[in-house]
Amino acid sequence: MKFLSEYRDADLAKKYLDGIHATVTQPWNIMEVCGGQTHSLVKNGIMDLLPKEVQMIHGPGCPVCVTPLHLIDKAIHLAEEEHVILCSFGDMLRVPGSEKSLLQAKAAGADIRILYSPLEAVQIASDNPSKEVVFFAVGFETTAPANALSIDKAHDMGLTNFSILASQVLVPPAMEAVIEDEESKIDAFLAAGHVCTIMGMDDYYPLVTKYKIPMVVTGFEPVDLLQGVLLTVQQLEKGEAVLQNQYSRVVKPKGNLKAQELIHKIFKVSDREWRGIGNIPKSGFELRPEYASFDANLKFNIHIEKVEEPKECIAGLVLKGIKKPMQCSQFGKKCTPQNPMGAPMVSSEGACAAYYHFSGAAETLA
Amino acid sequence: MKLQCPMPELDFDIITLGHGSGGLLTNKLLDSGVFHLFDNEHLRQRHDGAVLQLKGKTAFTTDSFVISPIFFPDSNIGELAVNGTVNDLAMCGAIPKYLSLSFILEEGLKMTEFWDILVAIKSAAEQAGVQIVTGDTKVVEKGKGDKIFINTSGVGQIHARAQISTQNVKPGDKIIVSDSIATHGVAIMSVREGLEFETAVKSDTRGLNYIVAELLDEFGEDIHLLKDPTRGGVATVLNEIARDRNLGVEILQKKLPLQNEVSALCEILGLDPLYVANEGIFIAVVTDKISEEVVKKLQSMEFGKHAAIIGEVTETHPKQVVLTSSIGGKRIVNMLVGEQLPRIC
Repeated sequence: MKFLSEYRDADLAKKYLDGIHATVTQPWNIMEVCGGQTHSLVKNGIMDLLPKEVQMIHGPGCPVCVTPLHLIDKAIHLAEEEHVILCSFGDMLRVPGSEKSLLQAKAAGADIRILYSPLEAVQIASDNPSKEVVFFAVGFETTAPANALSIDKAHDMGLTNFSILASQVLVPPAMEAVIEDEESKIDAFLAAGHVCTIMGMDDYYPLVTKYKIPMVVTGFEPVDLLQGVLLTVQQLEKGEAVLQNQYSRVVKPKGNLKAQELIHKIFKVSDREWRGIGNIPKSGFELRPEYASFDANLKFNIHIEKVEEPKECIAGLVLKGIKKPMQCSQFGKKCTPQNPMGAPMVSSEGACAAYYHFSGAAETLA
Repeated sequence: MKLQCPMPELDFDIITLGHGSGGLLTNKLLDSGVFHLFDNEHLRQRHDGAVLQLKGKTAFTTDSFVISPIFFPDSNIGELAVNGTVNDLAMCGAIPKYLSLSFILEEGLKMTEFWDILVAIKSAAEQAGVQIVTGDTKVVEKGKGDKIFINTSGVGQIHARAQISTQNVKPGDKIIVSDSIATHGVAIMSVREGLEFETAVKSDTRGLNYIVAELLDEFGEDIHLLKDPTRGGVATVLNEIARDRNLGVEILQKKLPLQNEVSALCEILGLDPLYVANEGIFIAVVTDKISEEVVKKLQSMEFGKHAAIIGEVTETHPKQVVLTSSIGGKRIVNMLVGEQLPRIC
């Protein structure tokens, strides 16, 4: 398949792998920021092929993993209302809330629909005027344009029964929070290719300069990831710290200006809570006041008590790359993908789920 | 080739509760054409059950079909309901003979839709060479079903040379898929509400009994196991083999036959083709010495053009399926946890 098979080419992958093996002389911790990259690393068995000096640390770029627990509880609460249709992307459904998951609420009769696009939710709202349709707008900069478009469209259509429950977060502030964390040991980043496709690269220069940390904007296919790691290792070994763009076939330096315009029309930057990390200033989007009528938080008067995360779950430390999933006392015991205690065990992009699959392979194949 | 059977003139155009009452309306429905459509000596008895003459070892299986949507590119739930049970019998090494056919209809189902399903059932049964010998129809209130649920059970006579059993699987056996994978599941996804891709991907539902019979004629006991990777896909079947035999399975990603369109849609929808349902392929675990010949034979058949050896059974890593990716990395292929859910990004 064009534009995919080239980036899964075994010979090219080997060339980059050989390059990494030839370049590396000392241990480095490289964080791949995006859950999509984590997923690809695992799916293609890449960590297995890297020299032992190169440790991939799985970053917080898993939207499922960083959506606060009380927001999931809120979504479940809304979904259980008789007159509400709750719409969501698929992998939010299995994430455990404090008492149950959306999937369990669906099984008990809540009207929960799995969608591929928020625009479908607008259509559902239009088709069901007697129902309130709430879209669980979870995601990074990548999903923000589509979420903004849904509001824009609902606004134009004059829909009053559509709203979003937003957990819309931004990557660069989270990367800074990870760097700033005293325990973090990240030497370099593979920045998230798709986020940069929308937002461009401007936000990353200040981070590279301020913290003198190499960053390579990287794609998602095996060859992309290996080239990204090679460029990063080359910088680290030379003692350089610059921003490079491995994913230039998709990422333009200024990003997608039309998408950005739409995002800024509907949303404004706000502080956000990240599950496992805590509050990060200016790390998300909220609806602008003129679109407040589409904010499910304001529309429905729901008070959800904040619930403590299970104490044994070290998801926060894992999301910041401080602990490896295997260092968790519950990993693979009480906490499995079938019965997750924390969100990183749910999504295939989550570090714990990734390690759950990979560690089995590592033991067996050693 | 699709059968063309015009729907008889009826004085009702939707199914109502009365059609499942067992009374006048039920008889009217059956007499309207159902019996005529599936006519055979057993049905003609109109008795409570069919009396069958079976010889030798017999396979018996059952399956229920609750798919939504009930119509999908080039096929429908009726064809699936026949092929599903026919194939389960074929996987036992049996020659399918007789099927039962039970409907649970939701009140309000359009008679035209029901007729199209009946015609598809007739067509699939004729192609597979099986007779529908007994059946049942129930109707549930609107909202208590999803248009139509079908259950089929089937019996078949075990092929004289068949020695199909998980226990026969041995280290060194080769694993063959009979054609491209993931086609059915992607065809269904492409017409699910809200997706509606314009795609040429059609369900691969088909009876596999003739192909299996030919393989058994030629290779007999060298075929150790046959499985159809329906729900849960190829990954699930391979995991079952590894688990049940306490052996390992190794597969090569680059050997997995996958249509371009299917591969592209899986990318877009965030699905792993290894877990996507199939309806018209099977996995054969065979001795090393016949594996190449089996593939050649399959490739010479209409529904096996993309047959391939995808891996082998090993003594190492028991109970686990290990995939070597296209770039040479290894990963465990686990059983599917719940449903395959599309990812956010």
